[in-house]
Amino acid sequence: MNTVERLILMANQIATNLATDNAPVAAVADHIQQFWDPRMKRLIFAHGTDGLSPVAAAAIGRLADAQNGA
Amino acid sequence: MTYQPQKDFGTPESRSNEAVSLTIDGRNVTVPAGTSVMRAAAEQGTSIPKLCATDSVKSYGSCRLCLVEIDGRKGTPASCTTPVEPGMVVHTQTPHLAKLRKGVMELYISDHPLDCLTCAANGDCELQDQAGAVGLRDVRYDVQATHLGQEKDHSNPYFDFDPSKCIACSRCIRACDEVQGTLALTMEGRGWDSKISAGFASDNFMGSECVSCGACVQACPTATLVEKKVVEVGTPERSVVTTCAYCGVGCTFRAEMRGEQLVRMVPYKDGKANRGHSCVKGRFAWGYAQHQERILKPMIRASISDPWREVEWDEAFAYTASELKRISKKYGRNALGGITSSRCTNEETFLVQKLVRAGFGNNNVDTCARVCHSPTGYGLKTTFGTSAGTQDFDSVEDSDVILIIGANPTDGHPVFASRMKRRLRGQDGRPGAKLIVIDPRRTDIVRSPHIEAQHHLPLRPGTNVAVLSAMAHVIVTEGLTDEAFIRERCDWDEYSHWAEFVSQTRNSPENLQPVTLVDAEELRAAARLYATGGNGAIYYGLGVTEHSQGSSTVMAIANLAMATGNIGRRGVGVNPLRGQNNVQGACDMGSFPHELAGYRHISDGDARRLFEDDWGVTLDPEPGLRIPSMLDAAVDGVFKALYCQGEDILQSDPNTAHVSAGLAAMECVIVHDLFLNETANYAHIFLPGSTFLEKNGTFTNAERRIQPVRKVMTPLNGLEDWEVTQRLAQAMGLDWNYSHPSEIMDEIARLTPTFAGVSFARLDEAGSLQWPVTADAPEGSPIMHVDGFVRGKGKFVVTDYVPTDEKTGPRFPLLLTTGRILSQYNVGAQTRRTENVAWHPEDLLEIHPVDAEDRGLKSGDWVKLASRAGETTLRATVTDRVAPGVVYTTFHHAVTQANVVTTDFSDWATNCPEYKVTAVQISASNGPTEWQEEYEALSTRSRRVEAGIPAE
Ligand code: SF4
Ligand code: SF4
Ligand code: SF4
Ligand code: FES
Repeated sequence: MNTVERLILMANQIATNLATDNAPVAAVADHIQQFWDPRMKRLIFAHGTDGLSPVAAAAIGRLADAQNGA
Repeated sequence: MTYQPQKDFGTPESRSNEAVSLTIDGRNVTVPAGTSVMRAAAEQGTSIPKLCATDSVKSYGSCRLCLVEIDGRKGTPASCTTPVEPGMVVHTQTPHLAKLRKGVMELYISDHPLDCLTCAANGDCELQDQAGAVGLRDVRYDVQATHLGQEKDHSNPYFDFDPSKCIACSRCIRACDEVQGTLALTMEGRGWDSKISAGFASDNFMGSECVSCGACVQACPTATLVEKKVVEVGTPERSVVTTCAYCGVGCTFRAEMRGEQLVRMVPYKDGKANRGHSCVKGRFAWGYAQHQERILKPMIRASISDPWREVEWDEAFAYTASELKRISKKYGRNALGGITSSRCTNEETFLVQKLVRAGFGNNNVDTCARVCHSPTGYGLKTTFGTSAGTQDFDSVEDSDVILIIGANPTDGHPVFASRMKRRLRGQDGRPGAKLIVIDPRRTDIVRSPHIEAQHHLPLRPGTNVAVLSAMAHVIVTEGLTDEAFIRERCDWDEYSHWAEFVSQTRNSPENLQPVTLVDAEELRAAARLYATGGNGAIYYGLGVTEHSQGSSTVMAIANLAMATGNIGRRGVGVNPLRGQNNVQGACDMGSFPHELAGYRHISDGDARRLFEDDWGVTLDPEPGLRIPSMLDAAVDGVFKALYCQGEDILQSDPNTAHVSAGLAAMECVIVHDLFLNETANYAHIFLPGSTFLEKNGTFTNAERRIQPVRKVMTPLNGLEDWEVTQRLAQAMGLDWNYSHPSEIMDEIARLTPTFAGVSFARLDEAGSLQWPVTADAPEGSPIMHVDGFVRGKGKFVVTDYVPTDEKTGPRFPLLLTTGRILSQYNVGAQTRRTENVAWHPEDLLEIHPVDAEDRGLKSGDWVKLASRAGETTLRATVTDRVAPGVVYTTFHHAVTQANVVTTDFSDWATNCPEYKVTAVQISASNGPTEWQEEYEALSTRSRRVEAGIPAE
């Protein structure tokens, strides 16, 4: 498993476990924002949504937008 | 400071609130009701001669030496078995008593070898002292030979048993029963023929149930049971109080010294974590400190294929700093990182994370707690607001129901297990607490002398969340919740959301039984017992955290405790049993890449500013790399240098192949440790470490108790570990000038609100303090969340069961789960270098008889253990402790490398590795695997030290 593959797995795993949250996309985005180092974030933003579950993809999209907007 | 044993009050302390006043030898004394006359006298400073009484066990009244006269009473009652009464007038010294006592002593001495001058306990023997105290000068009886000249039992590696010197006082038996709870000893025969024996008459100590805790040795008034070290070195001459460096119980010991030589470690009665008890590791297994394989000089090499070259400290620091600077310049500051250790002191850990954040200029610092209790941090912070157990150990005395999940306290936390077992057995007419054990294995506590768990739920590994959801389902749907507590203390909306979720039929025990393999009726009964049985306390360990849903399981546990109102008072709570001695401290000290000391997120501007102002640097607001991400980044070629203090990630972290690839890709691996550990095979710089006996500092145990570690001897390597980190920081240009660890603690206190009231001076005064220590709680906080949760309202979090990605299938049909055993410690770097190998010379694979038979295996056979990640070999032991389909092993020995087979699946929230579930296959084997052979060769090559330079 290379690093990006592992990041996809991690993001999906987070999304699955936060699926029962009231606002899953926000919860996943917040979790990744709080715990992933900048390089991990950069790699997953660059990778796009391939292989990501819908919630994970939406959360990462939201984070990437926030980053670009900032 | 001359040697004084700790004062012995003769009988245990009474807990009564009622006071009783009496007169002893003309002086007035007031003591709690229930105190013995002997203890009352001792508290007043009068020592009554005694032999069969000691304050760690209940009195027995057999020696008749402690006789006293009491006005208005006939005869001469034994003071150890006579409780005080109001107005009593006691005489401890009268001519009549003196005569009686002399007579008793004469009898004892007539049957005791008179070789005092050459006896190991000379000067530290109560028989000798008491003979003096009663003024015995000659013996009128012929010296009898009834039980002299018996064979000694040398079988235990740490203590000898010489039955000829035994006075049959039974203190050892009572200590084993009451203090340790193993019930290994019995008395055979009567009167002068009485003989102590371990188990059956034919057993020696090693062959018996004895776990070598040392309680009997401590209780023995003579040299019958005596430490081998005392026989070898002589009796101690001074003592220093310090803290055990092995596990999260944090036992306090008196290090008893002769010059700079450690004679023995004696559990300290005033230690608030252990109350005078110990286990084999802390009591006896400290020989590694002087082991010949310990490295005492710094070493460097350009490449890991080169032999090591010994250098002086100055050169080592200059070289290390230049390498770190070179790498930072070439690859950027984020190419550097550090790992702190849960084995090192708070002060040392704090400095390592400070070096990374302030010196390396990034937040790439992590700790080995990543691989054990990081889910506790996440789960308890989310639900309760802070990352710590809620109780002190004493709290268990008030528990009515004890629920143990994923923990094996008798092996992992033996001294606390003894306390727990005492509560489970019941005492003085009070019935024992009820016990629920949730564990795939039938651990020892499920059934042990006088203890039988009401419910053992042997779940399929990896289904903790499902079991807890089912328990919650029962509690909510059967109306067993504590609604008043929830309404007052928790967020009601979040509770309702959670209650609605767990009530769904899919979460019923019946529905989940096919997944968990736990009998639904049994589970229902267990849930009812926990919810309605009185004070319910949950204790959990790595069997909870080391899963892909580790954090969810911690939150599910917290949910259960909140739903039943089992939080915020004695006897209840949620208690992580920590593995290593300073896991709690390492987490508290800001070792995680996203958190500053005191669990404040690195993105929190106010918290960051506090540190920035104090340290005079700017901190990066983004979280840094965790250990697994450091390794990924290394393999990707962007992470190049690692300072690893007191950790052996190659052996302790999952998927060894991935760890070694990561380490091999780095240009500068700095290992700071006692021994050339497995990680050092990939290191370029080795900085020798100091042992806990050689430094000052503090450890924080599983009950948040900050305890002093005191230097009893000069570091053999020349520097305490905090000095090494400081010198390295100085070489990198940082202006650090600590002259003592107390100054580091002052800085921690200044920057961490929960430590505000902590200082070395306060710790010396109080002995230990449980954080939070604040203006509101200057004496610390034994119980947390008393008037409300740290975060405000308790937060219920919905935790849905998600099966792990690690699945069994035709190729890997069995589930491997891993754990530890009593006599060995973690990766075993220390215990493997002591006589403790007598109990666990190798890692064994436990396998159920059915699975063994299917594969034609029997106990003792070599087997190959293979997973998707790798394979290793070890020997099998066939047992029904494990369920069919489950196999179990420990990871104490480097040759086994159980982590070659563990995968890098991990907890979704914290990346804590999923050690507890690996799909494996097992087959017969006739020797080591290719990996084991290659690794052996690499280790040998990598441990070479350049010839020509004298080793000493
Ligand atoms: S060492 Fe401990 S377990 Fe062994 S006999 Fe003594 S008290 Fe019992
Ligand atoms: S071995 Fe020691 S403690 Fe045990 S009965 Fe004999 S003298 Fe007493
Ligand atoms: S229980 Fe833990 S702290 Fe206590 S002596 Fe044993 S290893 Fe040391
Ligand atoms: S000490 Fe009281 S009878 Fe032995």
